[in-house]
Order: sequence, then structure tokens, then C-alpha cells
Amino acid sequence: MTRISVKVDGTAYEDEVEPRLLLVHYLRDRLGLTGTPVGCDTSSCGACTVDLDGASVKSCSVLAVQADGGEVTTVQGLARDGEWTPLQQAFHEQHALQCGYCTPGMIMAARDLLRENPDPDADEVREALEGNMCRCTGYQNIVRAVLAAAASEEVTA
Amino acid sequence: MIPPAFDYARPTSLDEALRVLAEGGEDAKVLAGGQSLLPLLRLRLAFPELVVDVGRVPGLRGVREEGDTLVIGAMTTHHEVVRDPLVRRHAGLLAAATRTVADPAVRHRGTFGGSLAHADPAADLPAAVLAMDGELVVAGPGGRRSVPAREFFVDYLETVLEPDELLVEVRVPKADGWGFHYEKFQRVAQSYAIVGVAALVRRDDGRIAEARIGLVNMGSTPLRATAAERALAGCDGAPAVARAARSATDGTQPPGDTSGSPEYRAHLAQVLTRRAVLAAAGMG
Amino acid sequence: MTDQSTDRGAGQRAGREVGRGRLRKEDARLVTGQTNWTDNISVTGLLHLAFLRSPMAHARIERVDVSPALERPGVVAAFSGRDLAGGLGSLPCAWPVTEDIVLPDHPPVAVDEVRHAGDPVAVVVARDRYAAADALEAVEVDYEPLPPVLDLEAALAEDAPLVHADKGTNRSYVWPLKTGEDYETVKRRADVVVTRRFHQQRLIANAMEPRAVVVTPLAASGEYTVYSATQVPHILRVMLATVTGIPEQKLRVVAPDVGGGFGSKLQVYGEEAVALEVARRLGRPVKWTETRSEGYLATHQGRGMIQDIEVAATREGRLLGLKVDLLADMGAYLMLVTPGIPILGAFMYPAIYKMDAYDFTCTGVFTTKTPTDAYRGAGRPEATFAIERIMDELAAELGLDPVELRRRNWIRHEEFPYDSIAGLTYDSGNYEAATEKALALFGYDDLRAEQQKRNERGDTVRLGIGVSTYTEMCGLAPSRVLRDLRYAAGGWEAASIRMLPTGKVEVVTGTSPHGQGHVTSWSQIAADVLGVPFEDIEVVHGDTRAAPQGMDTYGSRSLVVGGSAVHHAAEKVVEKARRVAAHLLEANENDLDFTDGVFTVKGSPEARKTIQEIAFETFTSHDVPDGMEPTLNADQVTDPENFSYPHGTHLCAVEVDTETGQTRIRSYVCVDDVGRVINPVIVEGQVHGGLAQGIAQALYEEAVYDDEGNLVTGTMADYLVPVAGDLPEFVTERTETPATSNPLGVKGVGESGTIASTPAVVGAVVDALRPLGVNDVMMPCTPERVWRAVRSAKEASA
Repeated sequence: MTRISVKVDGTAYEDEVEPRLLLVHYLRDRLGLTGTPVGCDTSSCGACTVDLDGASVKSCSVLAVQADGGEVTTVQGLARDGEWTPLQQAFHEQHALQCGYCTPGMIMAARDLLRENPDPDADEVREALEGNMCRCTGYQNIVRAVLAAAASEEVTA
Repeated sequence: MIPPAFDYARPTSLDEALRVLAEGGEDAKVLAGGQSLLPLLRLRLAFPELVVDVGRVPGLRGVREEGDTLVIGAMTTHHEVVRDPLVRRHAGLLAAATRTVADPAVRHRGTFGGSLAHADPAADLPAAVLAMDGELVVAGPGGRRSVPAREFFVDYLETVLEPDELLVEVRVPKADGWGFHYEKFQRVAQSYAIVGVAALVRRDDGRIAEARIGLVNMGSTPLRATAAERALAGCDGAPAVARAARSATDGTQPPGDTSGSPEYRAHLAQVLTRRAVLAAAGMG
Repeated sequence: MTDQSTDRGAGQRAGREVGRGRLRKEDARLVTGQTNWTDNISVTGLLHLAFLRSPMAHARIERVDVSPALERPGVVAAFSGRDLAGGLGSLPCAWPVTEDIVLPDHPPVAVDEVRHAGDPVAVVVARDRYAAADALEAVEVDYEPLPPVLDLEAALAEDAPLVHADKGTNRSYVWPLKTGEDYETVKRRADVVVTRRFHQQRLIANAMEPRAVVVTPLAASGEYTVYSATQVPHILRVMLATVTGIPEQKLRVVAPDVGGGFGSKLQVYGEEAVALEVARRLGRPVKWTETRSEGYLATHQGRGMIQDIEVAATREGRLLGLKVDLLADMGAYLMLVTPGIPILGAFMYPAIYKMDAYDFTCTGVFTTKTPTDAYRGAGRPEATFAIERIMDELAAELGLDPVELRRRNWIRHEEFPYDSIAGLTYDSGNYEAATEKALALFGYDDLRAEQQKRNERGDTVRLGIGVSTYTEMCGLAPSRVLRDLRYAAGGWEAASIRMLPTGKVEVVTGTSPHGQGHVTSWSQIAADVLGVPFEDIEVVHGDTRAAPQGMDTYGSRSLVVGGSAVHHAAEKVVEKARRVAAHLLEANENDLDFTDGVFTVKGSPEARKTIQEIAFETFTSHDVPDGMEPTLNADQVTDPENFSYPHGTHLCAVEVDTETGQTRIRSYVCVDDVGRVINPVIVEGQVHGGLAQGIAQALYEEAVYDDEGNLVTGTMADYLVPVAGDLPEFVTERTETPATSNPLGVKGVGESGTIASTPAVVGAVVDALRPLGVNDVMMPCTPERVWRAVRSAKEASA
């Protein structure tokens, strides 16, 4: 067992973990943060995408011990006092989700894109989401949502 | 799926890392960014007894220049390589190839050195470093040695790295004044290249003076298309390049899988070499 | 910011809910991670299951020893197939399509023989998922390899090795349908006969949420709650009662948040039965969650057919007859509706066309591969693909534009209702309108002109145009028709509406949404009939205790059947409320108007009662008409009188690099007619997703097996699910020809995009290459297949 301390969605945790414990299982099974789902075992689908120290990562392909000393943000940590982020709002308004299983990862990946490129075009959005699969939407409304969120952030900025 | 159990070491110095690796021997596995290793562990295709996490070893990350050479730390992430101004200025081919690796989240974790040490012939970076005439600097119990990329890759997923050695940095000559292009042919955005061609071209007076071609997924290791390189020297336009590109398959033994037969890969290698060279030479 | 009452898009009927682009009530939980996926469920003492699966396609099990696994830390129990056989019966097949169908035994965990890679041989039970995964490695199994059965034609040969030796054959059934005139007679009148063989590759549904099941026992009373990532909680309850012998009333099945299904969760899986059995034996709660790679072997696959199709026509292009011979890959076992999938397609080969003779035969064949069953469209995409592709070939043969050929054969809008040659009654449709609109949006003539220019120039990158004028049958289904098809259940749907004392509303539905937005759409339907605000309605679903009756969600049936049931239930509530209002307002019921939730007396508008007031009056029941039951509720079970028949025209333009074989979709236009639209935002989303899956079949996806029967595309990294960059921006429009067979005028929309798009894309690829001499490319149209097609055409012409 290895001792780790990780801050997740603003809360500090200290735990003894097996070195092989995947970050996503640490979040889900140990911390009860089940907002981040698992969709595959080859780091293909991106459903488990979270933010680790300011960059998007696939939490199924990071060991919890690798996150030791780090800071994790999950989809559950985005809204502040019930106020959704522009991306969450845009996903709702643009009908960018159906079953919603890919949504946490999509939002976290899109968030990463907008941090680097606040004003992407549709092709850049499609490219940035290449690590995230959705089986329901055909992606069109997801692209719309990310563009809409980018536009709304600009207005509020 | 779930990785098998392993012991875990997280050295905080290079010496400690090398010591731990030496103790672990054949049963130890280096964890850099983990983007190749973790899927293997999760599918239970690898069963290391010891995983040595070199993520906290100082001095392995970042890009610097030493005269005509660019030095890229093994633990520099793909994300950092793509954005690094020195890489962009002096080794644009590496930035272009790295941009196509997997997806942004994987590029945040995956490392330059990790990808080379993993030595997957279907990966983008080994062929690009090969085309760049890179040298891989390896640290071991007896000190450091420098291995030319041409000698580094031995077989499928196999390099000259000994179990007690660690890839610490990669030195690539600056390719100022060379045109470059990375041509990746894949079925969906996320898949590996069926074939990839990393091309560097130096032009002189409207002709190709020199070309260096790295081939992805055309054998059990990344390859240089040496016959095509020779044939390309002196080419003065698209028809000549097309003729020269046909020898891109000389000496290759392309694999067959669900994405392409050996025969199709050979055909692609010729077409893509032509396209990559024309783009790199600005002869499009 | 979290206001859910806003909507998008112009409402077609101002002030009414139906037709408005309401944003979904479902989203708030999903965008914030406050979800309830089955794998999220955790209870005290929960144990985890893991299945050991066969590494080979076909083998006799010589020995299974689970005892070494029991020595592993954290392992509580382990069972072989034989250990479980006492408690568990065969997994069910609810659709034995013929009287003499060969229906093999299907133990949830294999006992004597494994019949596909991934067939389970043992299950271990441990304290956590890591310990369970580790313990699998300790189970000892000896296999005696048997020959795999992989090829559909070879499987039917006299001396073929058998998947089920005791059955003496790999032929499960032969199902014929011959209607109209005799095909061979008609064929003799034909000027042209075109024959093709098409292959429907096996597909993996890839619902983003892997399957999962949690069972919590109340051991003392013998009651069990089964939480499952299923599309069919009601069907699952009945079937689990049958398989386990647990009385149905002791079983509660809950479908919590379910992350997509596309048919793959329309199933009664062995893992569900085993979880229940283990919970019964141990008296402990258990959980099983599929890993993705495991699911590729263990979750049923879709498609898997060889289609021999022939059309006979006059030289003017009038269809005379159609003959279809199918070999349908059942896989190793017949699962819930495995044999029925190609039969659903049987009725759709004639599509929108008129003809004199139809001759269909389907042969179901066992192979040593993962069983097939429903995947989005289920039989109809296969049929639509084959007919639309052969219409293209016939057009080419006759030198006609493919749209013109379709025009010459389709049912004209004034001919509805129309009895199709396959025996269906198409209630409504307007193929002319949808096609005209699509051609205009697409710029068909301009693209044809550009194509001609590029062909004349001999461009390396060719332009191709594909056409699909599809229809489909959905809204499953009239129960009597299902009887005739030997399906073991009905096709009705249930709804209940409860007006609560405060005037708020609960709608209980028997449908089980997993992404379709029923909560939102059902709210819109009920709001209009009841005249209550959209926001005041809650929809209850997916729990057999809260929504005790239902037939669940598949086959684009939910809105057509379940939505209609909601509509009727709401009407019943209004009628009951009307009697109370008449009583309270001392008026004759016939003298009451009911608008926007308010009863008024004709001629004296000040005499009014809102439906909310009446809800309270019936709650107290202090003053209701004599003989009236208290409370304002109504139940409805609706059995549809017909299927519904969405249709539309899809047009696809592709650019094909003839040098590399790479295909890029340049534009995609579709005009769908799904009848009246309840929520255009949701409808558009369904179309988008359907298109993506249909395009994926055309270009990317295939479950590939090697010569030994191993799944080569065994992980998500090998099986090519397209991502955003692989798909184009779609142009989606609609025409609206209401269905006449249900009160809402709706048709299903869940599958139309998938059904229509595959032939449009493949047709476009072939169209691009036709000048080079290519007349077919097998799906998926991989770059290599395209390259080879071009090369062999060149060689043939040289």
C-alpha cells in the first residue's frame, strides 16, 4: 500500500492505496465520486476524462499513486453554488447529450480545449474531442455546444 | 479491466531510479506517462513485478539547445513537445508527428521518451526521430551511452535498452532549412497509422538535395526508406519524386492486420512517401 | 442558469407543448455528474462477480476446478457452470419464428461445451472488483478443442462440424414469405434481371455504458431487487422469474440511469441470471460490471448476414419482382429475439416500391461466434441496404438516374393507405415531397454536373453521390401481428397518470428510456391534454415497483405506443375531471369547455374550475358525483392497430481517393418524415445519432473473427467507433405526414437514421467508382477494399 494525498474538487483526501489502483476507481469506489464513469479498458472512449493539475487526463489510464500531491477536478466539481459553467449550460441548451454517459468526459475535454483555445472553429473542436466517443449524438450538437460555450464565455469575459 | 498487482517504486533521483531498476531486473517495468503501459496492464498483457515510476525523477523533462543540437528530455510530454518553441523552430517534423499521437488527454500524460522506449513500429514518434537522425541517450549503472536511432530499435516492442537502463534524453540535430511533412494514414482519428511517412527534405536550387524518410508500420521496427532517399536526391519535380518514391518499400516487411494487408501497406508507403516528400519540398 | 423551462427552436404551435423544442428535463443530473448508473450503486456487504470466459471458439469442457480461486484473498465463493445448473434454467428465446425451429439449450454458464470465445465457464465472487479479477487466474479449466464453425455456407454443408451436436444440424430454421404472383413466372416477363450478393458485417453496439447488474436480496422474505443496465426491466423481470424459479412477485427490477442500448440491452443476459442466483445462494448483495473488451465477446452483436438479392424489371425500369435469400448468423445460441431479427427485415425488402411478386427466404444458421440479436434497426437496416443498393445497380444497368428509377416505382402519395406486397398497410407517406426537398437542399443537379466534369478529367479523387429513399416499420407492435409472427409477448404499452392533490402530475410509463428523453416528451404530451404546465409533470419509469406494467423501449416503439398510452390516459383524466367539474359547476358535461386546463360553462365564462382545483376536490372527495371513485387517476394500456412507417430521402456525397482508397463524406442531407413531431430538438438528436451509426457500418465498423473464431477486433482500440473528426456536419430537415394509426400522428425516429444512411454512403462510394468499372464494395468500405476494387476493375478492363 502507498499513502497518497490528493485534492479532489476542492477537498483534500489522504488514503492508503494499492499502487495498481486506477485513479478512476479511486474516485468512484473510494471517494464515492461516481460522476466520472468508466467506458473502456484501452483509454479509447474518454468517458473518464478529468482534470489533473490543470490538464485533461483519462483517469482510467492514470494510477492513483501518480496523482499523489496533485489536484483533480471532476465534472462534479464544476458547478459553483448550483451555478453551471457555460459548457454545462451549453450542453443542455444545444441538446449535446442523450444518454449522458460520455458527457462528463466530453465536458472535461472541451473545457481543456477552451482553456488553450478560447475561440476554436468547428474543425478544431472536432479535433480536440478525438479522444472522446459518443454513441448517441453523432457529435453535431456536441460541437455546437462547445462553440456556443466559447461564444458565451467571450461575451461574459 | 484491472491491472495485476505489482510493487511500486517512485525514485526521486536518477541514481535511485537506476538502482531500483537494477534490483528489479527483467521483472521491472518503467512507468513514464503510462499511456502505453496502463492499457497493457489493464488488459493483463503485461505482468511486471515491479513498476518504477520515474515521474518524480528531476532533470528528465524539458527541451534545451546545445549548439546545433536540440535535447529533449525523455519525460517531456507530447503536449509539451507540440508547443515547445525550440522544437517548432528546429525540429518541426517532431512537432508535426507528435500532434497526431492519440488525443489531447493522452498527449498530456504520454511522454516523448516513453513512446520511443515502447518501440511500437506503428507509433508516430520512432519513425520521426529516425528521420531526424536522432540519438537516444541512455543512462545505466556504467554511466551514459548514446545510441543512434538507427540502432536503437531492435524488433517489435524491443530496443537496445537493458533492464537496468533508462532512456533519459533524445538529441536531434537541428533541421533548420529543411522542409518537413508527416503524412499519417489512418482509418479513424483515433487509430494507429496504417502507414505513416515522416519526411525531411533539403532543397537546393529547385532540386531535392537530400531527403530523409522514416516509415511507420512498415516492419517490426520503424524504418528508414534508404533506397527512396537515394533515389530522391536530385529530383526536380513531381514526376521524378513519384518515380523515386516507388522504392520506398525496398527492404520493408509490412505487417498484415485488419487495417491493411502487407500488399496494401506497400502500396500506401509509395503513395504517401510521394505525397510527404512533395509537401516537405513545397513541390505540391 | 439551471432553468430547465427554456426551449430552443420555434414552437410550431404557439402556446402548446407538442411541437416545441423543449430542453430536456433529464439533463440537469447528467451534466453535473449526479447520475445513477448501475455501477454507481453500492450497498453494505456488496460482493463483486467476475466471469472466466472461454479463450476459444469451440471446445469440450473436460474439467473446471474453481477451488484454487477460493484460496485467493478476498474470495467468498466460486461456481462452475455445473455448480449453477441446479438453480438456473436455460436462457430464454422469446421468438421461435417457426414451429420446427432448432432451439438449443443455453446455460448461463457453460457446462459441457463452450461455443464461442467469451462463453462463460466459471464465476468468482469476491470482496472487491480487484480481488475478483485476480481470482479468475486461479480457476483451472481443461478444454478439448472442437472445430469452430464460422462460415455461414460451410456451416450448412452435409459434413460440417456442428455447433450443437445433439441437434444434428447448424440450420436453426427456414422462414419463407412468398406474396403476390409467382416470382419465377414474373421473372420470365422481365427485360432485365439484376443479381447481387451483399454482406452485412457483424457489428458491436458499443453503448457507452457497459452492462452492469446489482442484486440486493431481502433473504428473509425471498425478495430480490435487480438493478440492471437494461432497456427492458419488465421483460427482464418475467424472464428472470422463469430462469431462476423465483416467483415474479418477489422480483423487483430497476433500470436506473442507463447509458445507451441500441438493442444491446434488449436482452436477458446470463450475467443477470447468475447475479441473481449468486445473491440467492449467498444471501448477499452482488455486483457485476462488464469491462469493454469483455463486452465485445459477451454482449450480443448485430447484423451478420449474407444477402442474395435479385430484381426483375422492365426496360423502362418498372419493378416486376424481388427475390431475397438470406443466410442469417445466429451465433452460438438463440437469445431473446435472435431468430426474429431477420424476420423483422423480411417485410421491408420491398420498401417503398410497387411490384408484382416477392419471394423471401431466411435461413438461420448457428456459428461458434457471439450470438447476434437486436442492434439499432434490427433487420430493417439490412433490408433497406439491400434493396436500395440493388436499385442503384438496376438504375446503372438501365442507364437511368437512380432517383428517377425510384420515382418510377415508388408508391405515390395519393395511393395511401397502401397495402405493400409484403402484406403491410402503409398508412401514410409522401415520398415525392421528401425527395424534392432533399434534392434541393443537397444541390443534386450541381453535384451531378461536378461529378461528370471530374470523371471526364479523370481526377484521382472522385465524387460519388448516394441515394436512399427508405421507409421502415416501427412502433412495435400490434399484439395480434406479433402472435402471427410467433413472438411470445404482446406489443402494447401502459401508462398511468396521477393528478396529485396539489395539482401536480405524475406520469407513469412502461417505456424504459436510456437517452431518448421520454421524461421531456411525455411531459409535453401530458401537458397539452391536461392543460397543466410542463414543469408540473414528473415522469416515473424503469422500476417494476413504481411502473409495474410495460413492454419497455426498443424498435422505435416508445413514442408511438407509449406516448399514445400517455395521451389516452390523460384524456381519461380529463373526462373524469369533466364529470367532477360538471357536478361542481352544476352544469351539463356537454356544456363545458375545456381549454388550457380550465373548465368553463359555455356562455358563462365566470363559472370555471381549473383541473388543479378538481384534483384537490377529488383528493378530498367531499363533494364528487355519486358513485365516483376518489382521486384523479387513470390507467391506460394501448395496443397499436398498426406499425408506423417513417420514411425519407437521404443523399450523401463522398470524395474517394482512388489512389489510397480513402473515403471522405463531403455532404450529407436527409429529409425524414417521422410524422408529427413532439419535440424537434430531440428528433433532430435522434437522427444525428442514427446517421452516425449507419455511416459507421458503411465505412468503419466490423467485428472481425480470425480462422479460429477469435475476435480480432477485441478492444475499443481495434474496433473503429468513429469520433467527432470522422463524421461530417449533417443537414437534417423534415416533412410531416402524420401517421393515421395513433392519436398523436407520430412515427418512430430512433432507428430511421441508421436504416437510411448505410446504403446512401455505400451507394455514394460505388457511384464514385462506377466509371472505373466498380459495381460494389463490401462493407465496411475500408480504404483497402476500395483500393482493391479499383485495382481489379482496372485489371478487368485492361
